[in-house]
Parts: sequence; structure tokens; C-alpha cells
Amino acid sequence: MNSKPVAIGLSREAMAWRAAQDIPDGAYVNLGIGIPEMVARFVPAGREVVYHSENGILGFGPPPEPGQEDPELINAGKKPITLQPGTSFFHHADSFAMIRGGHIDICILGAMQVAANGDLANWSTGEGGVPAVGGAMDLVAGVKQVFIITEHTTRKGEPKLLTRCTYPLTGAGVVSRVFTNYGVFDVADGRFIMREVAPGVHVETVQAATDGPLEIAPDLKVIKVIDAPVR
Amino acid sequence: MINKQVQSAAEAVADIRDGATVMISGFGEAGSPIELIHALIDQGTRDLVVINNNAGNGHVGLAALIASGQVRKVICSYPRSTNSEVFQNLYREGRIELELVPQGTLAERIRAGGAGIPAFYTPTSAGTPLAEGKEVRDFGGRPHVLEYALTADFSLVKAERADRFGNLVYNKTARNFAPIMCMAARTTIVQVRQMVAAGEIDPEVVVTPGIFVDRVVHVPNPAQESKLVAEGVRYP
Repeated sequence: MNSKPVAIGLSREAMAWRAAQDIPDGAYVNLGIGIPEMVARFVPAGREVVYHSENGILGFGPPPEPGQEDPELINAGKKPITLQPGTSFFHHADSFAMIRGGHIDICILGAMQVAANGDLANWSTGEGGVPAVGGAMDLVAGVKQVFIITEHTTRKGEPKLLTRCTYPLTGAGVVSRVFTNYGVFDVADGRFIMREVAPGVHVETVQAATDGPLEIAPDLKVIKVIDAPVR
Repeated sequence: MINKQVQSAAEAVADIRDGATVMISGFGEAGSPIELIHALIDQGTRDLVVINNNAGNGHVGLAALIASGQVRKVICSYPRSTNSEVFQNLYREGRIELELVPQGTLAERIRAGGAGIPAFYTPTSAGTPLAEGKEVRDFGGRPHVLEYALTADFSLVKAERADRFGNLVYNKTARNFAPIMCMAARTTIVQVRQMVAAGEIDPEVVVTPGIFVDRVVHVPNPAQESKLVAEGVRYP
């Protein structure tokens, strides 16, 4: 085994849980692949959320039981999903009109890097390979609020919250909120503002792991994870 | 009498010439017209420019068309998947061109092509490497990138149901790019699971009106790409 730094703070599930608390009742939401997909499991009871997927479906349900998969009923990650009362289908140009036209309230994506000016890099490290972008650039350009869920640092321990992104951008000045294993950060006026901190995480640890202007909110709260595990 | 049905996939794709631009519907395997693509492989036309969201999986369908050396260039948003080594290998060897387009820009370029709009400005990709070399103009204080419409000589599309006029209904998320690709090609060729008599599709639920469709092939039991890939099938 290599000496991967021991992760502290929130688990992946707990990050998804925390992001889910910020989705209001009645919201139209697009969830990216990976941790963002888990957000749907943690939306508080009593809130009705309509999920959008770029490939032309609105109001879909959770993955089907094994054996019930339909290869023509999938999400943007090409994984099987289910119909729910109220589901609708539409073609790709309409799907991205919903995105670009500002009809989707929130999208939640992963990140390679987020900058204090709101820039996001999450599609390419710029180092060769076969480039692929999908719908990420359209989402960040068009959705009203862009939330990011990401580990606070890379596997090597390098900061992912930076003064400026060094990887090719997905969008400029697009991110409004970041959920990491260390806490919750707003991105505004060229800086990160730490609103909440994960239990057991010291503010100094967060400062040391952040490579951009970081302000600690005067009313900094400790996240109380109710129904997701803390690692 | 109008009857757009043709008897076979081979007949439907027979006049696709070398150097043609071909739009192919589908998002991954959902909506991919695999029988039409295989007919195009059998037909052997070369030097194609293919427009699709992806670049194929395994060694069947679009991946097989690329593997057969018939494709000069792919225009797509996401040429990577767990089974997309055919395209990736050719790309790394410099034997195939790639034009990478954000997915929504790809869709809108196709829609615009079908709707007679030559170009449009979009906020998508502004400030990113995909906007390099493109005209940028501010609207409402925000930069927007000029993108040009896409049209094609042919579109190959999969739908669920058709009548002899070419009116189409799709199945769930297999719809994806098909309706706009039907609009954007000079000749649109559709494979359908079911042919029904004129009048059997409720006019209120027609998704693609027959004016956008030229040829319909009845393929009652289309192959499922992921199943073929799992079985290790190689076409031809």
C-alpha cells in the first residue's frame, strides 16, 4: 500500500448529505457523476426535487432493482434509472435549452480545481490523452447555482481550492458554493468564505490545505451530520 | 402514394458516398442505430465525417465503423468510455481527427443546422480552451462564443415507431439527438422497431414529423450494443 494521507472530516456520503440540505423544495437539479449522484439519497424528507439529466429526462427515480434495467432508460452517466409519476422525455437541444436557458436551479459537480474567483476546472488536466468534455461547460455556463463537491485536497495532498486554476477551465467565475470533507465554503468577491467546518477538523488544517484567499465566517458553524456517517 | 419505407438497411445506405458527413443518433448505446451502422460497414464507403455524442463502445456499431478505417473525423462531446479503446488508439496514433464540442453546443449546432440558422452565440466554453480561435462577443456584460451550425449529408437514426409518412415516436432516453439530427441532414434514414399504418400514431404525440425523414427501415429486433460488447462480438 502507498502512504496515502489519512482523510479527515466528512466521508463521501456525509459531503453528499451536507450538499443535499441546501436543495430547496421544488428545485430542478442536475447531479454530476460520482459523489454528486449520491446527493439524491440524502434530500430531507418532505422536499420534492425534480432531477434533470442532460440526455433528455426530467423527474426520474433511483436505480432499478437488478434485472429491471432498461438500456434505453439511462442517465447522463449511462447508468440505468427508473420512471416516476411526472417523468418527461425530450431531445438534446431542449435538454440543453433547460440548462443554458437558466431553467435548472442547481447543478452539483465534482472538481479537479476550484479557484477563489469562481473558476472551475473539472474536465482535463491538459496533459495529452483523449480529451472529453460532455455537458460540463454547458451546465456551468447556464445553471443558476453551481455547487461543487470535492475532497479538499488531491490524493497526493495538494490543495484543490486555489487562487487560480492551473488546469484548463470548464467555466470562468461560475462556482458559488463548495462542499469538501473539511467544510462548506462560499465563493464570492475573489475569496473562499468558510461557513461551516466538519467535526474534528481544525481551522488551521483547512487554512494549510487551501491555496487561495480564505476567510473564516465570524459565525462559523460545526456541521452536524444527522443521517450520514462521519469517517 | 407516399411510402418512405425501404426494404433493407443495405438499400437504405447504398448511396452514401466517400467523404460524406454522417450524423448518427444515440447517447452511448441508447438510440444507436446499430443495424444501419453495420450496413454502412458492409457498404464500405470511406473518408466519412461522423457526428455523434460519443465514439463507440467495444467492436460493434460506431466503434466497428471507426475500426474499419472508414471514418476520417469524429465530431463529438465525449469520446471516452470504459470500452472506447478503438477510437482512443486511433486518436493516439494520429490516424483519426477529433473535433471536441461541448454537448449542449453540439446539440444546438445540429438544431441550428436543421432550422436554417447558420451560427449563434453561446456562453458555453467562454474563457476555456474550447473557445480558442473563435469569435467572442459580449452580450449583457458576459462573453459569448460564436458557434457555427452543423449539417450533414445523411443522418442515421433509431426510433421506436414510424408510419409510411416517416412520422416518428421514440423510446424513453433513446430519443436524445435523433429528432435534431433528422432535421439537419439532407437525407435522413431511420431504423424503427415497429411500422404502423398511417393514422395509428396520434398526431398529438408525433415527435418527429415525417417531413424530416426520407427513408424508414423496419428492424423489429435491434441488437443491444452493451450485450454484444459483453459477449465480445466484433463486427463484421
